[in-house]
Amino acid sequence: MIAPPKPDLVTVNIDGKEIAVPKGTNAIEAARLVGVDVPYYCYHPKLSIVGNCRMCLIEMGMPAVDPATKAPVMDPVTGKQKINWIPRPQIGCATNASPGLHIRTNTPQIKDCREGVMEFLLVNHPLDCPICDQAGECKLQEQSTGYGRGYSRYIEQKNVKPKRTQLGPRVMLDDERCILCSRCIRFSKEIAKDDVLGFIDRGSYSTLTCYPGKKLENNYSLNTVDICPVGALTSTDFRFKMRVWFLKQTNSIDTESSVGANTVVWSREGVIYRITPRQNDGVNDTWMSDSGRELYKQVQAADRLGVVKVSGAENTLGAALKAATELFAAGSVAVVGSGRSSVEEQFLTKKLSSALKAQAHLVSRVGEGDKLLISADRNPNVRGALVVGLISELPAVGPALRAGLSSSAASQTQAGSESRPHLGGLGKLADAIDAGTVKTVITIGEDLAAAGLSAAQLAKVSIVYLGTHANATSAAAKVVVPTLTVFEKSGTFVNQQFRIQKFAKAVPGPAGATDDLVVLAKLANSTATDLASVWSLMATEIPTLGTMAYANIPETGLLLDATAYAALPFAEGETLHYKPAAKVAATA
Amino acid sequence: MPAPQQRRIIFKHIGAPGYTNDLACYVKHGGYEMLKKAVAMPPAAIIDEVKKSGLRGRGGAGFPCGVKWGLVDRKSGKPIYLVVNADESEPGTFKDRYIMHDDPHQLIEGIMISAWANNVKQAYIYIRGEMPHGARILEKAIADARAANFCGPKILGTEYGCEIYVHRGAGAYICGEETGLIESLEGKRPYPRIKPPYFPAVLGLYQCPTIVNNVETLCHVKHIVEMGGDNYAKIGTPNNTGTRILCVSGHVQKPGYFEYEVGKITMGELLNEVCGGPLPGRKFKAVIPGGSSAKILKFGETFTLKNKDGTSRTLTVEDIPMDFDTLAACGTMGGSGGVIVMDDSVNMVEALANINAFYAHESCGQCTPCREGSLWMKKITNRMVHENARAEDGQLLKSVADQIAGRTICAFGEACSWPTQSFVAKFGDEFKGYAEAKKTAKPAGALDLV
Amino acid sequence: MNLKPATLTRIDELITHYPVKRSAVLMLLHAIQEDVGFISNEAVEWVAAKLELQPINVYEVVTFYPMFRQKPIGRRHIKVCRTLSCALMGGYKTCETFEKEFNTHRGEVSPDGEVTVEFVECLASCGTAPVVLIDDDLHENVSSAKAKQLSDQIKAEAKKR
Repeated sequence: MIAPPKPDLVTVNIDGKEIAVPKGTNAIEAARLVGVDVPYYCYHPKLSIVGNCRMCLIEMGMPAVDPATKAPVMDPVTGKQKINWIPRPQIGCATNASPGLHIRTNTPQIKDCREGVMEFLLVNHPLDCPICDQAGECKLQEQSTGYGRGYSRYIEQKNVKPKRTQLGPRVMLDDERCILCSRCIRFSKEIAKDDVLGFIDRGSYSTLTCYPGKKLENNYSLNTVDICPVGALTSTDFRFKMRVWFLKQTNSIDTESSVGANTVVWSREGVIYRITPRQNDGVNDTWMSDSGRELYKQVQAADRLGVVKVSGAENTLGAALKAATELFAAGSVAVVGSGRSSVEEQFLTKKLSSALKAQAHLVSRVGEGDKLLISADRNPNVRGALVVGLISELPAVGPALRAGLSSSAASQTQAGSESRPHLGGLGKLADAIDAGTVKTVITIGEDLAAAGLSAAQLAKVSIVYLGTHANATSAAAKVVVPTLTVFEKSGTFVNQQFRIQKFAKAVPGPAGATDDLVVLAKLANSTATDLASVWSLMATEIPTLGTMAYANIPETGLLLDATAYAALPFAEGETLHYKPAAKVAATA
Repeated sequence: MPAPQQRRIIFKHIGAPGYTNDLACYVKHGGYEMLKKAVAMPPAAIIDEVKKSGLRGRGGAGFPCGVKWGLVDRKSGKPIYLVVNADESEPGTFKDRYIMHDDPHQLIEGIMISAWANNVKQAYIYIRGEMPHGARILEKAIADARAANFCGPKILGTEYGCEIYVHRGAGAYICGEETGLIESLEGKRPYPRIKPPYFPAVLGLYQCPTIVNNVETLCHVKHIVEMGGDNYAKIGTPNNTGTRILCVSGHVQKPGYFEYEVGKITMGELLNEVCGGPLPGRKFKAVIPGGSSAKILKFGETFTLKNKDGTSRTLTVEDIPMDFDTLAACGTMGGSGGVIVMDDSVNMVEALANINAFYAHESCGQCTPCREGSLWMKKITNRMVHENARAEDGQLLKSVADQIAGRTICAFGEACSWPTQSFVAKFGDEFKGYAEAKKTAKPAGALDLV
Repeated sequence: MNLKPATLTRIDELITHYPVKRSAVLMLLHAIQEDVGFISNEAVEWVAAKLELQPINVYEVVTFYPMFRQKPIGRRHIKVCRTLSCALMGGYKTCETFEKEFNTHRGEVSPDGEVTVEFVECLASCGTAPVVLIDDDLHENVSSAKAKQLSDQIKAEAKKR
């Protein structure tokens, strides 16, 4: 990795505290660094600055210099350079750090400014907190408590605006709650590139709307709900389901593609209620796809596996493991690993295939990238399989897909995320089954039928299936062991940047399901059945991970040395914070 | 003592019998001679003359024109635009209307001289949507001037050219704010821009350096070229140079527009002598001196001002010279030159209700204090007039206004709060006693204001 | 969009006035409103396509400016100035006179479809208050009596048709 250029640091003074910050840092962020809260609504670190809410007003001053000589003007009382304070308050979001910048946030004037803005924001805001989904994570609530006067002087009629507008399939708008900060409009325009939202009418009657006949339905629409500082935009999925303060937050990773967007899973008493993005400035900023937020629904899906089966009959885990071991003992085994498994699971899968002297295969899952947070490789962890040595080359992409991609690559479809990825990569396994050299197949979560094997091929072999949901493969399998979804276990994935990222267990798995690590360890005759012991093994056996321990991986991940894999033809095109290697070389 | 004589420079021909708005008439009266003189001068020399003239912007803020031109970023390599603010929208102001309708070539000549001076290749006249005839007259005048080589490519045999286009607004006061105007000209909602970083002189129209000048201001440039900056500066009073057009409306016998040397006529002379005094049987009660956003003056109040030599002087409203600095020292402003007079038939709560309705209607709604505060003030004064008035409403109004001024993106914050602040400060008793006053009959001749 | 050929020519000419097409939004909307009478959603979408914008970009503009209307109005458009100088000289009475004469309310089309009376903000002719804009023509010193006279004139012209 090339070290980023050292930012140009300047010293600023905030409420008397001096701090060095990169030149251009705005006053809100600079203040945050010294523990000073500058409240705001419209400002968002990943969107353009508009300065419309006026909540972040601060007092600003610069060191005085003699206009003629440019010599510093000293204050005889303090012996320091005199500060010229601008009488008019300035907005923090558009005040950028320059050498000697002074900021005051704790003066009577600023207190009065904040009280005034709070009062104005509330005069036409409905007092429906008791039935508002935003309650508990509402900036109006928080900041009226922190910075408001605590009483209202408003006795006039409040403005009436549309209360229930369905902006799109997933987003509901209450215009009376809207404080016109324009974050959602800027997000749609600047990030999602889907310019459908805007304000109509003017003054206090300005109303957020979607153009008549159009819908806010892009695959990033729910980010507008996340960044809405009030309860104006709510998620139709989450609406009225649960008070946010009852929910437990668990850090996780979006498994939709090799982008590996960082997420938070919100759950209560073993039930997941929603998934939201978690800020990672190197991966997903503060965004995630709508489709990634739906994934928790697989946890309680009707086709979830909950019963261990041997030859179609319910049985114990021990019996299942025994049956599998007996099948393996006959030899001619193939292992189908998964780019959806964690690094730890892939490591044990590799152990298993080595122990069985079996060929390991990986299912490829390639679709069209959306240029933002869904990449062409819909497996979250193909690179993990490379790192642990489960595979040494990328799984082959099916011929149908190769044709399909080249024809559609020219027409930049926006619905990339909606198009289903093509599964493949099992061509060699199919040949081996046809040739009769493979008699038993163990598959880790992958549906062999969906990946291209025919019913006849499935019928020709004995299948051991470890997985979460029922499918053609589980139906055909001799041994079925239910395992856990990503929400029910902990582990790591390596994303397209070769960034290793952690996910944690949010809810317990269902009765009858066993942690994949436990099952794989037992099948591979390994004693490493938990994360810690797998990691101590990996640290000794895999040089790339040698210096790491699971506990030490930061929440925003760690970049691994990827030089060994530079020549591989990865499927990904450009997405947010990712450029394919070839293109980097071309532009460099 | 009779009032001083008008000194008509800008309005020299406007309203004169036989003077028409066509090119031939303009040329016959010496038109475009100053453009010919200008293109023989180095551009920097013209900027110097404008600086020397002390010309202050006639749109409302009174910012020195030469300084404004001096701030333009000339090293960016980007084109420099000139935008003519012809959105005359400050209530009480009606001078640019006559210039554009009756003497459009004077404006075009002013534009072209300023364009030459600033190396501008494209200029836009942003005219109020409510002046459709004005837009047509300007379009025709530009076409005629272009045909005669006064504008367009290669003017007057030089290699220099500048196109002028007319751009119509559509009924929004905020488009008079220069960055709101620029946004409107870019085809967006006219939300004023945050400054910093979007100072028009650096990041204006299409993020290029841009000069925004009022119609009357640009006309003065022509006369500065004619007489030279130093001579122009001798007109008027120090730091308040030249002439300016005062527009008088409301309760006077003879309302209208009058052009005077800045500071050479007092409010008393203007209203009592030039405008014929109050309507029969009435007395002056209050006057707004510079467009409806200027703070109101109450007849009978006095102002004690410091002189340069350390002594002080006391002025009545009638004594105030109509300049920029004295009006500012009296706590108000010369603004756009719109003088609105109210006599003793007017109830000040109702007059403020009228003004508040204007600002609530015109707030663009971009930033919180102005958006919510302007409508709140309107709702309070409306309630006072049409429903119940409370003794404490005056203080509440003042407090709301105090929470707006100085805290908004653009000067509309001040524009909408200064009337309320000054009405309540000077007529507090009327606000306190309005509930009682409503029960008694209105004075004869009193009209509905809201 | 069914626009007159002259309007289409004018629109193509207007777009050339600006280095950035979007700038032409207001001028195009004026041209279309003068031709068709109001700005329909179809017009919004037409302008957006013409200037390579999203419809919401145009819709935001149409709804901001009071001069653009999204519904048809009466045959004549009477705009009475409401702001201070006109109000001081009887603007409210002037507006009421027009309303009474045409049996209508401000902001509505009169029952005979002849006029739409509107109360608008400052028309920048305060020295000749109260002022009224009837279609494109400014009428000055429009007292209640003069408003009655103008109304009669409009009615007479309507009868002739």
